[in-house]
Parts: sequence; structure tokens; C-alpha cells
Amino acid sequence: MNKTINQKAWLFVIPVFILVAFNAAIPLMTVVNYSFQETFGNNVFAWEGTRWFKQILQSERFHAALGRQITFTFIILLIQIPLGIGIALTMPKKGWGVPVCLILMSMPLLIPWNVVGAMWNIFALPDIGFLGHSLNGLGFDYNFTQQPGDAWFTTILMDVWHWTSLVVLLSYAGLNSIQPAYYQAAEIDGASRWATFRYIELPKMKKVLTLAILLRFMDSFMIYTEPFVLTGGGPGNTTAFLSIDLVKMALGQFDLGPAAAMSLIYFFIVLLVCWVFYNLMMKNEAQS
Amino acid sequence: MAKITLKDLSHSYLEKQNNNEDWALREVNIDWKDGGAYALLGPSGCGKTTLLNIVSGLLKPTKGSVLFNGKDITTLNPVERDIAQIFQFPVIYDTMTVYDNLAFPLKNRGLSVSEIESKVKEIAEMLELTSTLHNRASGLTADGKQKISLGRGLVRSDVNVIMFDEPLTVIDPHLKWVLRSKLKELHQKINRTMIYVTHDQTEALTFADQVVVMHEGQIVQTGTPVELFEKPKHTFVGHFIGSPGMNILPCEIKNGEINFSGQKIQSHKTIKKSQFNKTQLGIRPEFINFSNSGIPVKIKRVSNTGRHKIIDTESSGGNIKILSNSSTDIPSGSAHITFNQKYTYVYEDSWIIE
Repeated sequence: MNKTINQKAWLFVIPVFILVAFNAAIPLMTVVNYSFQETFGNNVFAWEGTRWFKQILQSERFHAALGRQITFTFIILLIQIPLGIGIALTMPKKGWGVPVCLILMSMPLLIPWNVVGAMWNIFALPDIGFLGHSLNGLGFDYNFTQQPGDAWFTTILMDVWHWTSLVVLLSYAGLNSIQPAYYQAAEIDGASRWATFRYIELPKMKKVLTLAILLRFMDSFMIYTEPFVLTGGGPGNTTAFLSIDLVKMALGQFDLGPAAAMSLIYFFIVLLVCWVFYNLMMKNEAQS
Repeated sequence: MAKITLKDLSHSYLEKQNNNEDWALREVNIDWKDGGAYALLGPSGCGKTTLLNIVSGLLKPTKGSVLFNGKDITTLNPVERDIAQIFQFPVIYDTMTVYDNLAFPLKNRGLSVSEIESKVKEIAEMLELTSTLHNRASGLTADGKQKISLGRGLVRSDVNVIMFDEPLTVIDPHLKWVLRSKLKELHQKINRTMIYVTHDQTEALTFADQVVVMHEGQIVQTGTPVELFEKPKHTFVGHFIGSPGMNILPCEIKNGEINFSGQKIQSHKTIKKSQFNKTQLGIRPEFINFSNSGIPVKIKRVSNTGRHKIIDTESSGGNIKILSNSSTDIPSGSAHITFNQKYTYVYEDSWIIE
């Protein structure tokens, strides 16, 4: 059969092309544009080369924000992944408990992020919030608006509350796809509960867990709304994670050039970590 | 090693049972001798896997008891029963090597490293897995994986019984023969009680000394392959075993005489009973001959399989299949046939009249 050549077919690609252009390419290129120039408003630009990139990479402020960001992401992954797997393992596999658990687990995921921030802000207020008031009543000196440790504790608790469900749901789906014969074989082989988890459940959950870790890494590394509403980055700069710091620089100080350079560096860090992590996790898959 | 006795076993997956259909197993009684090779044969959904899981301890029966060497072990779990089971789909531990897979049941039972090594090597040798022993198990082909499952069952020398739940389902046809003869060979070598569940009559008949045929949760006949073929005690056995299966034809019995299609037929024994429910006559296609007189039939179709000819005929009492040697000349149009008396049986409500 001969192929019909019809250049008009390109017309069908145009909607997607426009969508992607306005959605991703043009905004990204604007950022790239800003990152190499100085602007004084009124569309006046001056070429700066790589100056902003050098400035950001050497700035202590960026190092501190990156450090806080890595620490935060590391802690919440360390809590949410094991906790999520743990909850998924204890969830019922049949009966009326399944829909009840699934709905309860999905609830936190359905709440808008700024509402989560506002909820936890009120919940944790030391004088009238249930959490804050109770902790102080129990004799703890708790005030998340004043003490950095308490601010961190509250932010992490909020993120764990908001996002552990995602890990639970993914793990639960992974666990449910395991054939009963695997458990029966393990039972006959005399495997302990731990060995069953280690050699059957964990390997079978590997793919969904890779997905869960990637999603949680990306979301937590780019977290903005919830800590912004809860602590506003404070007290001082102690909970100012990368995106909060970035917005301060771009919109607070109107340093568009350095902010654009920082955005790009930020973007490449996320991309690089995801790429390295995914390849490490999938290395063995390819071999077998 | 053990003698296995199943006493009045019944099992239902439902909370309440209203009729026979609610039971997956009904009133099963079996005696399996130590060191025998047995097969459970039946179509999907006949209860054979349920029965197997009750013997292995993965399921607790609703009623009845399981005895190993005369000792009631109904409430014990699979580890306490010391059994091995191989499943329909190969179960392997993906992250382990072949060696670690085979060693896993031994490690869990706390054997020493040197004991484990000698046993694993012996089994690997037997199953021809030695060359892949240090590869990751997940990289193997389906039959390689099933060999590992098999190996994990065979590696323990103390098991009471080894059970196979349709273990060759996912194996390529040309490898089925290889693995099946391997199993037979292993049984002769290690002489342990083996129970093999299958819906494939060839597998059952070639593997087992005794075949248990199941139908709708009940045992319909237990016997050697020859007995099942020559004297089916239930029309289901006649129909299920053999290819093509037994001809089951409606008949009438009056004063000890069998009437089929207006002809008097002689069965393997004289019938003493006089009151009957629904009666049927059973004759295998192999035991029907063409002759000058007898039951008149019309020849409908002849198919030649190379070794045999299968002839579809029509009589006034129903369709009859005949199997004859492929060199035999088949009359065309209409013919007369006779049944070999020795292999002609009469069934009442599907059960044989003796």
C-alpha cells in the first residue's frame, strides 16, 4: 500500500503544540531568559551571563535552604515509607473493613493544601489549638511560632498526616496483587512473618514503592503551600524550604535574575535525583 | 513418610449450607498407603484443590478429620504437619539465587550450613539445576522456576507427603513429558507418598498407581488406571476417562433383560434387581465391533487419527461412537454392531449396578 502524503495533517498537531508551548515551553524559556539577564522593569534587559548561577551556587542562603530542604525530605521519607507499608500490612483484605479503610485513608489526600496548612495552624496554636494546648497542658513547652524545633515537629507531623495515605494506598495495591500461592508456599516452607515480608511482600511491592518514593520525594522537595500557611517559613528562616525561599527572593525582593537562576538549579536537582534513583531501583529489573 | 487417612471429610466455603451445591467437598473417605503415588483427577471446580489444601493444612475442613499414621492432625498447621506442596504457578523468591531458594525451607528449620549445602547440591543434581545454582531465580524460564518449586518440596528429607497442585499447567508441552517422567523417577528414588492433582487424564494415569476421580465434591471412583478404564463405577468416570469417552445410552430393564433400541443386550453380570429409577447402558467405543447382525446403525462420519478410526454412528437409541483399528475396513451407509459383553455395564442414576 502506498502512503498518502498530506501535509495538512500537521494541523492536527497544532492544538497540542499550542498547549505544550503555553503550558511548559514558554514559561520555562522565560525563566531561562531572566536567569542570564538583569532587568530594571519596562522591558529593559542587560546581559549578565552566568553571574546569577555563580552567585546562587556560592550563596550561604541557598546552601542553608537546600540543607533544610534535604533534611525535611529525608525525614518525611524515613517516616512515611515504613509507616505507610506498616499500615497497608495491617489493613483488612476482605469484608466491610476494606471500603471503610480505603475511604478513611483517602480523606487527607482530598483536602486542599492551603486548608491543610490552615487546619494544622489552628490545631497547633499553643493557646487555643487542641494539639498545642494539650501538649502545654502535659507539661511540654510547646510553641511552634516561636521555637524552631517545635515548628519542624509540627511541619513534619502535618506532612506525615497529609501524605502517608498515598504510600498506604500504593502499598496496599501492591500487596493485593500478590497471589495467595506465595503465602501458602511460604507457610509450607516454614517462613517466619518477617521472612515472608522480606522475601515475598517487599520484592513484590518494589515497583509501587519506587513510585511512592519518587512521588513523595518530588512533592516534599517542592513543598510550598502547607508550610507557608502553617509557619510562613519561620520562626526566622528555620522552616523556609527551597520553594519558600525562592518565592521570597522572586516576589519579596523582586530579584528576578537570581530567582530565575535558582529555579533552574532547583529544577535540575529534582530531575537529577529522580533519574539517579529510578535507574538504581530498576537496575536489577533490567538484568532479569 | 506417612499413611494418610481422610475420615468423613466435608468442606464448605459458605457460612451456611442449604443443599449439596453449597458443599465443595462431601463425605470424602480415603486411605492412602505410605510411599504410594496417587492422583486426584477431575474437572475444574470438582473440589480436588480443596481436598489437597485440607491435607496440607492450608484449609481447615468444616467436618471430618485428617489422620497421618493414625494420628489426628486436623488442627495442625502445614509446618507442624511436615508436608511439601507444589503449586500450579511456580512460586519462587525473586530476590534470592536458585541456591538460596532451595535452601530456604532448610534454613527456616534451623539446619546447619554444611547440611544445607549437601542437601541442596543433591537436589540440584537430581533436577539438573546445578549449572544455574548461583543465578538469580527470577531470571529463569517457567519450567526452570517450576523445578525450583519442586526442589523446595523435595529438599527436606523428613516430609510426610509431597503434594502437587496441577504443577505442569504453565509448562510447555514438550517439557511436560520430561518433567513428568522426572517426577515418576523421583518417586521411585525417594519413595515418599505423593499426591498429584490434575484435570488431565494422561498426567494422572501415567503418574499414579491409584487414581481418585472426583466429581462435584464427591469421590466417584478410586482405582488403578486399568480399573478406571475397564470398569467405570460411575458414568462420569466412563465419560471423563478415555478419548473418546464411554457411550452412555438410555436402556430399559425388565425381568433381568436389558432392552436397547429394540434389541436384547447382555451385560457383564446378570441383573437380579427388579425395581429401577433411570437406567443407562455404558459401553466404551473400544469394545464395539461391526458384525452381520445386532444393533442397526447408520454411519455418520469417520475420522482417522492415524492410529485409530473414530466412527460416529446413529442408532434408534442414540448416537454411538466406535473406535477401531485404522486398518479396519469401515462399512458405509448402514451396518450392524455388537457390544462386547464383558465390558457392557448398566448404570442406575449414574452408579453401576453390580
